[in-house]
Amino acid sequence: MTSAPGDREIAVVAFAQTVHRRTSDESSEVEMLMPVLHEVLDRTGMKTADIDFTCSGSSDYLAGRAFSFTLALDGVGAWPPLSESHVEMDGAWALYEAWTKLLTGDADTALVYAYGKSSPGSVRDVLTRQLDPYYVAPLWPDAVALAALQAQALIDAGDTDEPALAAVAARNREAATANPHAQLKGPVPQGDHLVRPLRTGDCPPIGDGAAAVILAAGDRARDLCARPAWIRGIDHRIEAHGLGVRDLTDSPSTRLAAERAGAFERPVDTAELHAPFTAQEIVLRKALRLDDGVVVNPSGGALAANPIMAAGLIRIGEAAARIHRGASDRALAHATSGPCLQQNLVAVLEGEPR
Amino acid sequence: MSKEPVAVVGVGQTKHVAARRDVSIAGLVREAARRALDDAELTWADIDAVVIGKAPDFFEGVMMPELYLADALGAVGKPMLRVHTAGSVGGSTALVAANLVASRVHGTVLTLAFEKQSESNAMWGLSLPIPFQQPLLAGAGGFFAPHVRAYMRRSGAPETIGALVAYKDRRNALKNPYAHLHEQDITLDKVMASPMLWDPIRYSETCPSSDGACAMILTDRAGAARAPRPPAWMLGGAMRSEPTLFAGKDFVSPQAGQDCAADVYRQAGITDPRREIDGAEIYVPFSWYEPMWLENLGFAGEGEGWKLTEAGVTELDGDLPVNMSGGVLSTNPIGASGMIRFAEAALQVRGQAGEHQVDGARRVLGHAYGGGSQFFSMWLVGAEPPES
Repeated sequence: MTSAPGDREIAVVAFAQTVHRRTSDESSEVEMLMPVLHEVLDRTGMKTADIDFTCSGSSDYLAGRAFSFTLALDGVGAWPPLSESHVEMDGAWALYEAWTKLLTGDADTALVYAYGKSSPGSVRDVLTRQLDPYYVAPLWPDAVALAALQAQALIDAGDTDEPALAAVAARNREAATANPHAQLKGPVPQGDHLVRPLRTGDCPPIGDGAAAVILAAGDRARDLCARPAWIRGIDHRIEAHGLGVRDLTDSPSTRLAAERAGAFERPVDTAELHAPFTAQEIVLRKALRLDDGVVVNPSGGALAANPIMAAGLIRIGEAAARIHRGASDRALAHATSGPCLQQNLVAVLEGEPR
Repeated sequence: MSKEPVAVVGVGQTKHVAARRDVSIAGLVREAARRALDDAELTWADIDAVVIGKAPDFFEGVMMPELYLADALGAVGKPMLRVHTAGSVGGSTALVAANLVASRVHGTVLTLAFEKQSESNAMWGLSLPIPFQQPLLAGAGGFFAPHVRAYMRRSGAPETIGALVAYKDRRNALKNPYAHLHEQDITLDKVMASPMLWDPIRYSETCPSSDGACAMILTDRAGAARAPRPPAWMLGGAMRSEPTLFAGKDFVSPQAGQDCAADVYRQAGITDPRREIDGAEIYVPFSWYEPMWLENLGFAGEGEGWKLTEAGVTELDGDLPVNMSGGVLSTNPIGASGMIRFAEAALQVRGQAGEHQVDGARRVLGHAYGGGSQFFSMWLVGAEPPES
């Protein structure tokens, strides 16, 4: 053990992801995940047996069966038995759980992975099952309709307009041209209104994908990675579920998580925001006080690839990868869950001075 | 600087029943959380974070229900985590919450697990047909019965052992006001005469389907010092997982269970669990899993577990009481069942277990398992804080 609990330095030392696709009919979830697990381990030269703790994020509702994560665990190769856990959340929260495990000193390395296949069903309808089961879910308000409510609230507040939303879409997909894993990139027509005021271009592509990250503590991280992405702070907060009691033009949970993660102590040079809908990027930029000097979503963000349950973890991975390759010194990564940015996580990552 | 010691200062449960038609899911979880806060004499404002667990979302038909439950659990503006590790989830959830305290990320955490089985049908929730995958179809009993038969053949245990376990646990439940099944007129003959469901598992040797929730307040040394009642101290905790199926898998005594117990005992400095541990709340959904887990957990040698049961060692007044609360055989809100084991272990060392209290219980094990005997979570709690 390199340092004591509570003040251990923990870093993202490797990241891998699939090429995200509209469908992956030809492969099971395990088959989709396996190459990513191999790739992330290969980057560090580690084997499954070298990992002290494993944690994953996925959803039975996407998989359409109970205990779907057990099949993925078979792919990890859980023999001899592993110290392992799973959250029914985006993988960013699996990373959070792994981070606390490393902080206790009980583990020095952790494998975190997440995956989701949206292609087998109608994800707009599936996500309605997240809503209050007594008063809201019976009405089947779908994810795009709820995001449109948020966009309209933002327009009504004078915070944005349709051309500004189109510009968000265009910038993300332009950035995605440099991302070989992105699903939707380059010039994409804004299209017709899907749910007013959101046009098809304001919405994320529906697709399948997986991602994996390796965390390591202290000197172990330095051994495994030339320039570790140190987690200087990470925090997450949830808001009320009822949309009627929330100000949809703001994201107080993101702001509070960012404060707790130390995001406002010094400027960041990069931000990877988990904003599946264009208007949500506007909300997040405001909550996080990001000015035009910050490179936002150089990967193209969730508007370029949105494999549900993995898209938040990918934001952390993308931010870390930029630090690994020297393209960033201090980056913010954000993940979201629930309707209209109900739950948000913020991580601040730093590379050591070059 | 070592890990921050973790103390349980509040425990709350609902009265577990077949169907809580009088409350919503939110109402159910809030009831347990409120009781845990009352036990700790704390308010919602004292809670830094909420860690919630439950078994598959299909059991209620709500995807990621923690989003909807944030308000009911006072989590708005706070961190909220949702754990899902199959049947072991109630235990895993408590361990994830404990790590938030042990790592000094938070001082006081509310952890809660629930299942409202009456909203759906767990057996069919487990049996959704997926192309190219083996369907479970008959539910958990059909899956576990062959492993019980393997144990009987291997150990040479008499056929009556399962009934003895069920008879004991159902009688223990009569002393636990929160238990689901209160069979006042239970007899050993009635257990043995009950219908065979999955040979050799009879109806009375099977867990019920319950609606229920269980909550605990976990806190650090400072929090424990302020607690109005004696805390339970976490002396060790671990999770282990292995694949569902593989060549050489031992379904009777899975390696992951042995490894998990060994890790907990190492952390707690236990070298002879049979002598040093005063009682155990073990996840026994089908009666025969008592002797099987007694061996897996190192309380008995291989093939010897049934002898403890037969000799009355695991009775409430025995030398190693097991499932003093009545266990999963008497109460099974699936996602909460593991946390109830952990919480009942804490109640014992706090001296708060009421009529099913074991006199002088100083160290008690809480155990949960899930999936195809592949996910394990355990903790050992004590009346004294861990030696630092």
